[in-house]
Amino acid sequence: MAEKNIIEVSHLSKTFGDFTAVKDISFSVRAGERFAFLGPNGAGKSTTIKMLTTLLTPSQGSILIDGHNPVGDADAARHSFGIVFQDPSLDDDLTAWENMEFHGVLYNVARPLRRERIEELLRFVDLYERKDNYVREFSGGMKRRLEIARGLLHHPRIIFLDEPTLGLDPQTRNHMWQYLERLNRDEGITVFFTTHYMEEADKVAERIAIIDHGTIIAMGSGEELKKKTKTSSLEEAFLKLTGSAIREEEAGSVDHLRNMGRAWGRR
Amino acid sequence: MYIMWLREMKRFLRSKSRIVGALGQPLLYFLSLGYGLGAVFQAAGRGNYIEFLAPGIIGMSIIFTSIFNGMQVIWDRQFGFLKETLVAPVSRLAIMLGRTFGGATVAALQGCLVFIIMIPAGFRPYDWALVVPAILVMFLVATLFSGLGMMVASLLRDMQGFQLIMNFLVMPLFFLSGALFPLQGAPTALQDVAYIDPLSYGIDGMRSLLINTSNYSLGIDVAVLVGIAALFIILGSYFFSKIQV
Ligand SMILES: Nc1ncnc2c1ncn2[C@@H]1O[C@H](COP(=O)(O)OP(=O)(O)O)[C@@H](O)[C@H]1O
Ligand SMILES: [Mg+2]
Repeated sequence: MAEKNIIEVSHLSKTFGDFTAVKDISFSVRAGERFAFLGPNGAGKSTTIKMLTTLLTPSQGSILIDGHNPVGDADAARHSFGIVFQDPSLDDDLTAWENMEFHGVLYNVARPLRRERIEELLRFVDLYERKDNYVREFSGGMKRRLEIARGLLHHPRIIFLDEPTLGLDPQTRNHMWQYLERLNRDEGITVFFTTHYMEEADKVAERIAIIDHGTIIAMGSGEELKKKTKTSSLEEAFLKLTGSAIREEEAGSVDHLRNMGRAWGRR
Repeated sequence: MYIMWLREMKRFLRSKSRIVGALGQPLLYFLSLGYGLGAVFQAAGRGNYIEFLAPGIIGMSIIFTSIFNGMQVIWDRQFGFLKETLVAPVSRLAIMLGRTFGGATVAALQGCLVFIIMIPAGFRPYDWALVVPAILVMFLVATLFSGLGMMVASLLRDMQGFQLIMNFLVMPLFFLSGALFPLQGAPTALQDVAYIDPLSYGIDGMRSLLINTSNYSLGIDVAVLVGIAALFIILGSYFFSKIQV
């Protein structure tokens, strides 16, 4: 396999006001690699992914995505990746099929292939029977599955998945990773993901970065991390590295906004 | 770009209650002001107020609908869908155009509906053949204000600013545009304000086509509308490209 780095990050920082969410991190990911970002809530994983995917501009440092700078050359960078967001990102007023179709058209997937893949993916996440239902009628798990299916619709060079499996049952999780591993193997798609399920990271990722308080505190394969911390599971290694204090997830801003939306009587 | 437009259309056609709801207010204005002030207007030698008012009411429904549609961006941001659009490998201008034309089509359709319900209520255009170009002017007005709505929405983080925009931008734009009263003979200060209000030109354009009276002239109206709409779209896509989530 070509030893080319498809993601290059050096001295990347992001500050919000006087709070530093990401502090001077550097790492690279090889083309075709499966790379995991692990870290407690609020560690800065999503912030990093947002900078990599043009949604936030870095305060400092540089990024190359498939050779393109997401700041100066956002459009070229956007051609290289697909992303499954941590927060909801579906249009509730469209059907499952229409959400897929919208994505496929935006990403220029040719019509016959689009049809074929949408059908295949909707069957894959077990939503084909519900394809004409509005997304607002879906449960949280169904929405999540649809988002994953959508993220896989175009086959980008890199796919970012921010806690993709949160709230999914083990069957679906398993299923999804199999699909991703197949894409990774057959099409050489680079997989960059975050998760709170350690066994998932250990099984899927070739290399893992552990991030806490905005800095990368350890990086290596699952085996290397275990060896380094003299532990027998990734979970123990993770706890040893990050300590066992519990972190609060930032108060669900989306929930707050949703309630506001209702108050405004949107429908 | 087309898919953005299509999305707006689908959402519009599915919100039947909103379509009907949005007809209520213009109809109320039309009936109460039209018939309430009609006699006074006539007595002042200004002619038929119902006829005069109708294009103004169409303009009102268009400005409200299109600004509201433009501001839909804020909803998309809050409900997360905006991220999906932002990471797409599509130029910001194409996104802006698709959404603006989508919102504009919706608003122009709403304007046509208002036009239709005003007919049984007493409105007659002076030449039916000119209704088609009048609809084009409606679409131009709708494009301009969808663009404005999107531009403003790109700068706002949440719905809190929405009331502010309605009260300090949309309402003045409407009331100061000559939608409800003739600008000829109005105090110069008011005329000057109307002069810089793009809606004045939209309503003037519709009046010149629907009831054959005009304050500026149709050519100027169209030129101003096109120019300002283009400006808003360009500024809008710039602000849009600066959005961070
Ligand atoms: N837009 C923002 N404004 C201010 N603070 C933010 C913003 N986005 C994230 N943060 C803060 O940055 C920190 C890292 O967040 P995040 O990257 O979402 O963590 P996680 O690793 O759980 O994904 C958190 O403390 C969060 O509160
Ligand atoms: Mg996160």
